[in-house]
Amino acid sequence: MVTARGKSARGSSGYRDLGRRLSDKAKRRGPIRLTPADTVFNVIMYAALAFVLIIVAYPLIFVLSASFSEPYAVISGQVWLYPVRFSTVGYTTIFRDAGLMRTFLNSVHVTALGTAINLMCTVMAAYPLSVKTFVGRGVFMGILSFTMFFGGGLIPFFLLVRNLGLYNTYWALVLPGAISVYNVIVARTFFSTSIPYELYEAAELDGCSDIYYLIRVVLPLSAPILAVLVMYYAVGHWNAYFNHMIFLKDKAKFTFQITLRSILIQNQNSDMMIDASVLQRQQGLADLLKYSLIVVSSTPMLLLYPFIQKHFVKGVMVGAIKG
Amino acid sequence: MTLASGKRTNQMRGKRIKKHWQLYLLFLVPLASVLIFSYGPMYGIVIAFKNYVVSDSIWGSKWAGLKHFREFIGSYNFPRLMKNTVGISIYGLLAGFPVPIIFALLINECPNVRFKKTVQMVTYAPHFISTVVMVSLIVMFLNPRSGILAKAITSMTGQRIDYISAPKFFKTIYVWSGVWQSMGFSAVIYIAALAGVDASLHEAAVVDGASKLQKICHVDLPSIMPTIVILFILSFGSVMSVGYEKIYLMQNQLNMATSDVISTFVYRMGLLQAQYSFSAAVGLFNSVINAALLVIVNQIARRVGETSLW
Repeated sequence: MVTARGKSARGSSGYRDLGRRLSDKAKRRGPIRLTPADTVFNVIMYAALAFVLIIVAYPLIFVLSASFSEPYAVISGQVWLYPVRFSTVGYTTIFRDAGLMRTFLNSVHVTALGTAINLMCTVMAAYPLSVKTFVGRGVFMGILSFTMFFGGGLIPFFLLVRNLGLYNTYWALVLPGAISVYNVIVARTFFSTSIPYELYEAAELDGCSDIYYLIRVVLPLSAPILAVLVMYYAVGHWNAYFNHMIFLKDKAKFTFQITLRSILIQNQNSDMMIDASVLQRQQGLADLLKYSLIVVSSTPMLLLYPFIQKHFVKGVMVGAIKG
Repeated sequence: MTLASGKRTNQMRGKRIKKHWQLYLLFLVPLASVLIFSYGPMYGIVIAFKNYVVSDSIWGSKWAGLKHFREFIGSYNFPRLMKNTVGISIYGLLAGFPVPIIFALLINECPNVRFKKTVQMVTYAPHFISTVVMVSLIVMFLNPRSGILAKAITSMTGQRIDYISAPKFFKTIYVWSGVWQSMGFSAVIYIAALAGVDASLHEAAVVDGASKLQKICHVDLPSIMPTIVILFILSFGSVMSVGYEKIYLMQNQLNMATSDVISTFVYRMGLLQAQYSFSAAVGLFNSVINAALLVIVNQIARRVGETSLW
């Protein structure tokens, strides 16, 4: 059967795809055809990837397990892989702490607001730049690109934001980085390569305006790149701390990462954590809380990824390669 | 180019601008944001050449010429800051640049799809961890009393060292924790480039009896070389601005000798001690060297190969 099929295939397609057929054959015979050199290569490849997998996964698993363990088991070093004496006291302490929860909600607020602004501005910059008949797009692109390589630096930036009256407001965190030029380039490349020009011609004939075309035709076709942009920007806002640290003064406005820094790195019981600091006097809860906080801080963004993953490959690859 | 044809193209251009007026309207918003928040601070650079005090306006304060630059270059901090900044970046480039490429090449050769997907998913995860959490993980794992990593090293070498406070370990910790965090995600772009390699080249190589290693060296690597070169040049764009957010969090009184870099110095001088003009000058010095490096590397890349940014 197999030979018969092979023969008929050879008869019909000549030598044009000889290479493909040969490599198919090689694939079919895979294990037999492996030379000693390739076997060695495969062993090293699997060993290296397994090593990477363990090195990356182990600390993450450890943190997760520690966060679900009993406080004493954490400080006495009994946890090494699985949770020891399963407990959720770390999480209940965090979620009962009104101060911590407020900073968490502040972060949600900044992330949502910032990502919305980013997304709108990025599309508003990238779409016009993708239109070939948009006069001046070379100049505009130059103006944007230049900022990737040269900037005024921290101090003039800080003074500017303060002079604009944005100090100690969330606007200072979301307006300055309204577009990331790199993301604009990625989105522009997506628009100009993935949206067929024929659609524009058809819409133009029907008397469709540019903005209407963008909203009704381009955006519905751009789910992959929009998803990727949301991911990039949301992760950036959620994880940012430096600008939050220099621009926010009121404790009531502090975001989660600022609080995390004072608890995790500076080892302060932030005075917002009244509940927690009482409990922290109990042995070990402080350490346990750290692990739980790390999980609480990292989970929202990790949860985002599976939703975006579907689009991730398409969105990133198109933009990245051709850009 | 006659006058008439020039006039005609001008007319055409005018027509196009009129036709796309809505696009200009759209573009105005992001353009304004870039002009204000990216070009605005470039105007603010003039305070580096002045004695700026908060009560005066930027333009109104007195000129100081190159005083702040001279002060910085002559200061005892200068050699240490330069050495740390350049040292950390170069170390970071040497370690951080090739690892994702090698990782992508290995992933690309892995025939077991499920294993491959698992490795990829897991290595993406650290990318989503914030700097604050990353640094606290480092601090916790290297804690000489309770950190699992520190204890593992102690059990192997018998020495108990406070790695975070030891100046000689700072660079290594900074660089390799960075590799740990970004390796998977940085590899994405190379994996994408490898997926685009012409399959017929691989077939030809197989027919000629190339081994896997030979295929990597003679087919894969040359095919993704343009991507590698572009990313290499781009990585020079941030040589002088090293990951100061992370460095700042990793700094403590004991490791300052090797952990203080120009960016963190600017932050301390400028925002904590309010020496605006002096720290703006230090920041400008940093940006100019960085931009110069970028131009030089790009120029070399253009001479040697065909790929360059511009």
